[in-house]
Amino acid sequence: MKKKLTTVVFRGTPEQEEKLIAAIDKYKGVKGAMMPILQEAQSIYGYLPIEVQKIIAERTGVSLEEIYGIASFYAQFKLNPDGEVAVAVCLGTACYVKGSGQIIEEVSKQLNVAVGSTSPDGRYSLEATRCIGACGLAPVMTINGEVYGRLTVAEVAGILEKYR
Amino acid sequence: METVNVKINGRDYVVPANATVLEAARAAKIDIPTLCYLKDINEIGACRLCLVEVSEGGRPFRMVTACVYPVTDGMEIKTNTPKIIASRKMNLELLLSNHDKKCLECVRSTNCELQTLCRQYGVSESRFQGATNHYTIDDKTPIIRDNNKCILCRRCVAVCGKVQGVGVIGANDRGFDTHIASAFENPLAATSCINCGQCIVNCPVGALYERDDTEKVFEALANPDKHVLICTAPSVRAQIGECFGYEPGTDCEGKMVAALRALGFEGVYDMNLTADLTIVEEATELVGRIQGGGALPMITSCSPGWIKFCEHYFPEMTENLSTCKSPQQMFGAVVKTYYAQKMGWNPEDILFVSAIPCTAKKFEVGRPDQSAAGNGIPDVDVAITTREVGRMIQKAGIDFRHLEDEAFDAPFDIGSGAGAIFGATGGVMEAALRYAAELILHTKLEKVDFPEVRGTEGIKVAAYKLGDLTVRVAVASGTGNAKELLNKVKSGELDVQFIEIMACPGGCVNGGGQPIQPAHVRASVDLRAVRAAVLYNDDSLNNLRKSQDNLAVQKLYDEFFGQPNSEKAHHILHTSYIKRGL
Ligand code: SF4
Ligand code: SF4
Ligand code: SF4
Ligand code: FES
Repeated sequence: MKKKLTTVVFRGTPEQEEKLIAAIDKYKGVKGAMMPILQEAQSIYGYLPIEVQKIIAERTGVSLEEIYGIASFYAQFKLNPDGEVAVAVCLGTACYVKGSGQIIEEVSKQLNVAVGSTSPDGRYSLEATRCIGACGLAPVMTINGEVYGRLTVAEVAGILEKYR
Repeated sequence: METVNVKINGRDYVVPANATVLEAARAAKIDIPTLCYLKDINEIGACRLCLVEVSEGGRPFRMVTACVYPVTDGMEIKTNTPKIIASRKMNLELLLSNHDKKCLECVRSTNCELQTLCRQYGVSESRFQGATNHYTIDDKTPIIRDNNKCILCRRCVAVCGKVQGVGVIGANDRGFDTHIASAFENPLAATSCINCGQCIVNCPVGALYERDDTEKVFEALANPDKHVLICTAPSVRAQIGECFGYEPGTDCEGKMVAALRALGFEGVYDMNLTADLTIVEEATELVGRIQGGGALPMITSCSPGWIKFCEHYFPEMTENLSTCKSPQQMFGAVVKTYYAQKMGWNPEDILFVSAIPCTAKKFEVGRPDQSAAGNGIPDVDVAITTREVGRMIQKAGIDFRHLEDEAFDAPFDIGSGAGAIFGATGGVMEAALRYAAELILHTKLEKVDFPEVRGTEGIKVAAYKLGDLTVRVAVASGTGNAKELLNKVKSGELDVQFIEIMACPGGCVNGGGQPIQPAHVRASVDLRAVRAAVLYNDDSLNNLRKSQDNLAVQKLYDEFFGQPNSEKAHHILHTSYIKRGL
């Protein structure tokens, strides 16, 4: 799926930047180090916004587009930060045949957040995930790690209400 | 050279051991279709048009991609079996299934590698129906990108990144969503794209093209109140023929002038003249910096792609750039000041057009500090590429091939051989050396050739002893090479006083606005060399070899500028730069 660009304001701290620079410098001269650098960057910031990718581009001499090409290719890299309320709906096969497609649409409508993005204020994020191994509970969604199973579209609004 | 024996389509051949199947077949004069392959630049086996069947060590035949598959001794190769033809055909159908297929209005129609293959393989509409991608066209710069026609061969990506050292375009997202774009989906205008157009001349299809400015010119030509004048850059005459079926390397100066006059231009002028003017200004500036102190090494400023590259990637070196405007801008500046006064014309009534091999010059006309006549009147109103000139001539129904040769119009009709070679890498350097040597030695130069700075290598270094002074020079073409050279200069590894840089590999003859030759031609002909040969031939046949001997240039100084680098010359012929950074 085409990755959505974030509208959330970047709130990186000097400490994070220091860590990032240390992580980049660790791989100085190592070939093919962009993947581990991006992984470390994501574990520092939680996602890979343009501000972070620019620092990486500048310090490695790799063009920003090349980095973005990698970040937008791999599903594991996130261009949007998790919201304070992070919703993930499983679109694995079992959940999907049990109607998780409608569930995710409903969540998106209720929260006014497109799938794969985060509301501009950073409050809500919505992600489609691959199978999370809870097929018995299909269709499943998680909110901040808490699992909600055997969902129906009608229940969605009520569950979300708890996090408003 | 180590060789191996192979059988291609049942016949025996001896081929170099390190060849790919494609190279071996082509050496045997058997063509294999390609789309993504660009010799030395993009060898990624992505499009699978070059499928062939090979058998090694007596094992059964299997399909491989010829462009990346190496030959082995005893290999048997089949390039045209029904199975291969069916597979290639299917690959074309798959490409077309997500392609906008509007050939009728496409700028590359009749010169499109995809269209040619579809015709050869009898593919028209796709039998695969399904979802298609729809992209907005990025048309805010002289480089226009239309992903609806893109076949994802990544030739542009490789050229922009590997050859030009810019890397502002690449493949974003994955699978069906994969598309060529810039980081974070920014438009090219928001990137450090230098408008060199190398992506355009290397794109097999109509997904990349220059902004078409010919409408503006046609409109002005139809306006009786406008003086519509045109000057042509040194290398346009060496390539325009390719738009009309001539072999690369055919000099068509006379026909080009005749065609432009037939289009209705009131004056058709030779930019070689302002190339000479540039040399006089630039070499004077150089000698001044060497003898009087000033930022060294001095770097030439006639390639606007290089200028933008410097501003983005070496902002700390913009002081090193010569302040001379490019020959195109000098021409417009002279016409809208000196010539307008002389003719009693209001500069606003002039539409000055330059015909250039370059897409970056379309960007240059809109740069700040390019208005010698003041009041926001641009030095040059419209810059059109060799390709656009070709299209104008075709549209106007002018029978180019049967035109009688004509000559440029006075008073801007004289250009020296030094001006002519401006279009090839090393040419500006050589022209400047011809002038600087006389300026330093105070005597007439006997030998005007400086062969050390000629040729298509990406980086050239030379030193010349002029009296007590040793002038050390370097030449780079292609901004990737320029980056390498400048890093050496910055680190102190290389110590030179004068550097020539042209943004396009090989110089303007291989500019981003030049007629497009398909990849298989680019693989077999070194366009940079055969096109440059036209210019060096012009130079050697010209009675005038040195810019300073150009009487038309001398007249400009006598009647208008006074001395080279005079205050007036500075005001009209020089410019300033921007530290852009990344
Ligand atoms: S890119 Fe080629 S095939 Fe596609 S519309 Fe243009 S001419 Fe036709
Ligand atoms: S014009 Fe040059 S710099 Fe710009 S995208 Fe094309 S190749 Fe890259
Ligand atoms: S824009 Fe042209 S060169 Fe670039 S990937 Fe698409 S088809 Fe290939
Ligand atoms: S795969 Fe060989 S030319 Fe594209």
